[in-house]
Amino acid sequence: MAARKRDWSWRSRATRGLIYQAVAVAVIAAAVWFLAHNTLENMRVRGIQSGFGFFSQPAGFDIGESVFNFDSADPYWKAFLVGLSNTLRAAVVGIVLTTILGTLIGIGRLSRNFLLRGLCTGYVELFRNIPVLLQLLMWYFVLNEWLPPVSDALNPLPGIFLSKSGMSFPVPEWERGHLVTAVGLALGIACAWGYRHWARAAFEKTGIARPMIWPAFAIVIAGTLLGWLAGGAPTALELPVRNDLNVSGGGAVTPEFLAVTLGLTIYTASFVAEIVRSGIQAVPWGQTEAAGALGLSRGKALKLVLLPQALRVIIPPLTNQYLNLTKNSSLAVAVGYPDLVSISNTTLNQTGRAVECIAVIMAVYLTLSLVTAALMNWYNARSAIRER
Amino acid sequence: MRKSDMQIVAASLLVIGGAVFAASAHAGKTLDAIKQRDQVVCGVNTGLAGFSAADSQGNWVGLDVDVCKAIAAAVLGDAKKVKWVPLNAQQRFTALQSGEVDILSRNTTFTLTRDASLGLYDTVVTYYDGQGFIVTKKGKITSAKQLKNAEVCVQSGTTTEKNLTDYFKSINVKIKPVVFEGFEASVKAFFSGRCQAYTTDASGLASIRNKEASNPDDYVILPELISKEPLGPMVRRGDDEWFTIVKWTIYALLEAEEYGITQANVDQMRSSQDPPVQRILGTSEDTGKLLGLDKEWAYREIKAVGNYGEIFERNVGPQSALKLPRGLNNLWNKGGIQYAPPIR
Repeated sequence: MAARKRDWSWRSRATRGLIYQAVAVAVIAAAVWFLAHNTLENMRVRGIQSGFGFFSQPAGFDIGESVFNFDSADPYWKAFLVGLSNTLRAAVVGIVLTTILGTLIGIGRLSRNFLLRGLCTGYVELFRNIPVLLQLLMWYFVLNEWLPPVSDALNPLPGIFLSKSGMSFPVPEWERGHLVTAVGLALGIACAWGYRHWARAAFEKTGIARPMIWPAFAIVIAGTLLGWLAGGAPTALELPVRNDLNVSGGGAVTPEFLAVTLGLTIYTASFVAEIVRSGIQAVPWGQTEAAGALGLSRGKALKLVLLPQALRVIIPPLTNQYLNLTKNSSLAVAVGYPDLVSISNTTLNQTGRAVECIAVIMAVYLTLSLVTAALMNWYNARSAIRER
Repeated sequence: MRKSDMQIVAASLLVIGGAVFAASAHAGKTLDAIKQRDQVVCGVNTGLAGFSAADSQGNWVGLDVDVCKAIAAAVLGDAKKVKWVPLNAQQRFTALQSGEVDILSRNTTFTLTRDASLGLYDTVVTYYDGQGFIVTKKGKITSAKQLKNAEVCVQSGTTTEKNLTDYFKSINVKIKPVVFEGFEASVKAFFSGRCQAYTTDASGLASIRNKEASNPDDYVILPELISKEPLGPMVRRGDDEWFTIVKWTIYALLEAEEYGITQANVDQMRSSQDPPVQRILGTSEDTGKLLGLDKEWAYREIKAVGNYGEIFERNVGPQSALKLPRGLNNLWNKGGIQYAPPIR
């Protein structure tokens, strides 16, 4: 096709479109510039100092729980990192638990058992209709009222302490042997992947279906176990010990963390359950019948026919729920969990840099959400229909 | 990214507290604006018994509240012409910066950072406080030094967190702060036993023990005061006239106490021949003119809320529910450090 000469007159729709878009961009840019300029100007006139220079100054406050060591002499940016890691910890644990709980309840909603179906429906209707902030506060105060003070901590299992100060549990003491265990785990995962690859290729070639999931799991576990044995089977555990004022040693999670993950998980799972249920029901009944006609068992039909189609419906709204959970974790500040917002609030008050602190929070949540969305989009693209 | 670019990006992301659209401040504007709307807009605590809290009829009462009432009486002639804006710890400075309130009378500690970098001015200390601890009697703790490895509940957005860290660092004791955004949540967490100690200004400790504990006698306030907390109202920079008016309305309350002028005797005192009393009450010189007010500005505020001593006694003193001793807040000639420059 011969290249057509570009018509730059007003009559050309393409030209008009171009001009409209250029005008729109200019207006938006002007608005942004005006807001930024006016804000800075107003702040300057009022003698409000601004800038990100404070980030390298010592924070001067302690943080109750942190994944890594933090001292009050560390700079503000490190305090923000502690906040970010706490936010991520709550969000990642919350997302994993929500997916498991939500899927179970979603499938339960479709159960033929009346009691199970009723309970799952009740769960969904109860938890998705109460504001999440109230639920967080409720869990927090329930935990705090119900658990004994740390001086009479519950000791339900040896090495596990439950009290108002949280849950303490034994953690393995670090030894060189654990490194070998980790290598074993990695080898196991590699072998399991290789087995699945081989089994699939063999199925395509010969039509003989081999079980895929259980052998893979077995290979991973066997690999880890062998690695652990090869490493000299380290069994030393760091046990928590009860003192007068507290329980020290071992691993510990605070009631704040428990309340935040519990509250977010239970709230978001009610939405995930509905997404899973609707996704399964979105697959036409004919598909089930067709699978039956081909002689597939119920389990096989679910795995090979129904789930792959249901996932296409499930993944996009599920992504939204993951994003919601991450963003809702900013409510953690209400129950005393030192997440990013909490740290930022403290910083804001110590330094008075309101604009800067809020900007950091917004940028971080935006980044987290975009990364989560990108991962989920990638997964979605993988499970989408490939048209041939 | 260059620093100025970062600032522009940050600022463009945000619309904080009307800073974006608000016109810049001009000197002398605050008093004009107050007179025009016939109301002083006063930022107060959302609820701290003795300082600012709404009573069962919905009337605001407390020491911080009385300061605003006194200013309204001096400026507008009526202590009731105040619009109360309850603010939490995070909102307070932004509300004052953006012009949402004329004065921030909200148990706010004066510090260098706040005075020098927020575009605000500290005025006059209305309550000399210090940070302390409250613990359960059951815990058998008698000194803050025994709080080793203890969890300490604290509300965010205050100077308290930093004092807490500084103090325990100086005595080389490790503690774990549990930081809450809301006052109510932090107090509730402490009284349900989440923390072994709760920390805030000593006046605040007395207030919450009295109001929030099911049995106040189960709790003790530890003897240590770990910081200086001079509390008082703040105003916006850029309006020196208003800054001066706020300062002198508070000085007048202190001067009145020093010269024995009370809410009850203020009318008789107007016929006093004592020159300082005459100057305070405007029966000789017109001090109000210099402030941009009328002659009887101080008379009206004393008539409305009483002198500083009366305000103290009524809201937080030994006879009130909080039972706080006068201590540092006594006048300079009675063993305290409250000292007002002379009205002349």
